[in-house]
Amino acid sequence: MALQDYIRSRFFPHIWCVGCGHGTALNALLRAVETLGLDPSDIVMVSGIGCSSRMPGYVDFHTLHTLHGRALAFATGTKMSKPELTVLVPMGDGDALAIGGNHFIHACRRNIDITAIVLNNRIYGMTGGQFSPLSGPGVVATTAPYSTYDPAFDVMRLAVGAGASFAARGSTYHVVELQQLLVKAISHKGFSVIEVLSPCPTHFGRRNQQGDSVEMLEWLKANTAKLGSKAAEENPELITRGIFVEDERPEYCEQYERILEQAREG
Amino acid sequence: MPKRTIADVRINSLWCKRCGICVHFCPREVFVSGEDNLPRVRALDRCTGCRLCEYWCPDLAIEVLIDDE
Amino acid sequence: MTNKTNNKIAFVQGNEVCAEAALYAGAGFYAGYPITPSSEIMEHMARRMPAMGRRFLQMEDEIASLAAIIGASLTGHKVMTATSGPGFSLMQETLGFAIMAEIPCVIVNVQRGGPSTGLPTQAAQGDVYQARWGTHGDHAVIALTASNNQDLFEMTVEAFNMAETYRTPVIVLIDEVIGHLREKLQMPDPDELEVVKRLRTAVPHGVDYHPYLPREDGRLPMSDFGDKHRYNVTGLYHNMWGFPTTDPGVIDGLIHHLIDKIENNLHQITRYKEYYLSDADCVLISYGCSARSALHIVKNRRQRGMKLGLLELQTLWPFPAGLVREKCSGAQHIVVVEMNMGQVVHEVKRAVDHPERVYLANRVDGEFITPTNIKNVLRVIMGRGV
Repeated sequence: MALQDYIRSRFFPHIWCVGCGHGTALNALLRAVETLGLDPSDIVMVSGIGCSSRMPGYVDFHTLHTLHGRALAFATGTKMSKPELTVLVPMGDGDALAIGGNHFIHACRRNIDITAIVLNNRIYGMTGGQFSPLSGPGVVATTAPYSTYDPAFDVMRLAVGAGASFAARGSTYHVVELQQLLVKAISHKGFSVIEVLSPCPTHFGRRNQQGDSVEMLEWLKANTAKLGSKAAEENPELITRGIFVEDERPEYCEQYERILEQAREG
Repeated sequence: MPKRTIADVRINSLWCKRCGICVHFCPREVFVSGEDNLPRVRALDRCTGCRLCEYWCPDLAIEVLIDDE
Repeated sequence: MTNKTNNKIAFVQGNEVCAEAALYAGAGFYAGYPITPSSEIMEHMARRMPAMGRRFLQMEDEIASLAAIIGASLTGHKVMTATSGPGFSLMQETLGFAIMAEIPCVIVNVQRGGPSTGLPTQAAQGDVYQARWGTHGDHAVIALTASNNQDLFEMTVEAFNMAETYRTPVIVLIDEVIGHLREKLQMPDPDELEVVKRLRTAVPHGVDYHPYLPREDGRLPMSDFGDKHRYNVTGLYHNMWGFPTTDPGVIDGLIHHLIDKIENNLHQITRYKEYYLSDADCVLISYGCSARSALHIVKNRRQRGMKLGLLELQTLWPFPAGLVREKCSGAQHIVVVEMNMGQVVHEVKRAVDHPERVYLANRVDGEFITPTNIKNVLRVIMGRGV
């Protein structure tokens, strides 16, 4: 199927701002789905609330736009009740790790076969630029006019620590790599977390002297490095991209099948 | 490898929000910023069909058409 | 009623009855988080559902539990969760989602004393208004209750039936006494009680399907996630395809639809029982565990020739105001018996003519309201002869 066959083109142009990384992330995700040759009727996309959560409106899958932070809980019910479905969950940083933090760590722990795509723009965009648990210190936001002093979560360490069997970080500058990571994340049997560094020019870039989308992508180019690369070794300040964990571990729905067998045998 | 001919690079002006990413990042400088900041293909013959513009485009507004000969 | 000779008679507690009734009604998916005094429902489901090839899931909290069953309802399952006061509080936002997105699901609230952690192991009926107005915004809701095991079985099956019929969450609002009370249950035969199936769309693949366009009879046929119709589900105001809208006409139509589909079917949704009402000059109105003591005193005083009657409500929401008005029309006194500071009593006062006839007999100390408690109130109202 062509890319156009996976989208609800009547709703374009989309709601996201000029140069928003989320559009590029959607672009990469659609190409990953296309590469995998998935039937849109076999895909459910579940989202919460926020800029990222508008993604389901644009894809021609089964789509469920839920409550702030709760997407993974809804998705767990969907996957557990019909395990043959491919379940994709785009989330924002607040959605995934502030209000939804509890659901996030438990989804990781269960290792249920869902792909969580954390679109990290380090800000609450939809509500107008408040700081998030991924903003980190030294960021100016509408709720941090004197700058933030809150430390940020490291999504990769959190996901791995909580038990996700696949965790990877990409960026919307490194688009080919991002598509490849998404293909791996979706194909992976188990809970996959993929963090996408996704610029928000409107609310983050503007307030933090990072400029427009072009300048923010240049920043990602200059300030990230491949995991295990020489650049990353030489400069620990760089944000690393790549696969942080890729383990084969018992998947939750498959484990339940064993329980069903056990219960049937009495 | 068959020789690839770039038939066209199409820009959907209704979807494009004029962010300028394609103009700035195209490795072959195929685009220029035209009227109303809408990207315009200035040199199709320079395009190698790498599709990076297509992949980067946050608006899903670019389509690179390649003829495989 | 069909021949009952093959029926199993069990001596079980209310929570187990509720779980068995859900299985009878076809619950294919359960998700929950343990909380006293409802945990036995979940424990029973944990044991029974895998053995029946159905799906059971323990979630990380009550928010996730209700979210998970909504996610499972959309793949075509009948679904349930159970909780108690604090957990029910946590579910309110998601309950609103289920109302807005018109997701069939059943939520059991085994009430305990509140507010807050309150009285985890003791009875109360303080969540009647929470069931009605706990989630924000205008909406309608269905809440059913029961006072004994046999009725609880039927009401739980009814809850599933109404959830499917009206595409809405239905609350089974019982209490600690009913949940933990052990008494006889005559297990209905498989076809004895009506079980409403999920209504699925007949629209063929390739033809435009409208998940939010009611049929002429008001019902909205569904399509399972994973089938060929791909549509959107959202908690935002949405059009007949499920896509968000801010069109005032569509918004106005949707809010009216959400309320009308329930309020206009009040007659079909109302369940109640009545005892000695035809000539009663004092009508007791009660529900859940309190109705047991109310019935006891009605029967007891009838033996002494006093004209007491009981209206036992099994549908609490939408409130059957017309029924209450009619049944109370000839009464000198109306006494609402409930274990809270007065909730249903306000609805009764609003429903009847001459609301000065309406009194409250209540108990709120965690102990079960006794016939003596009710008698003491009747004495105050009617004089010492009671």
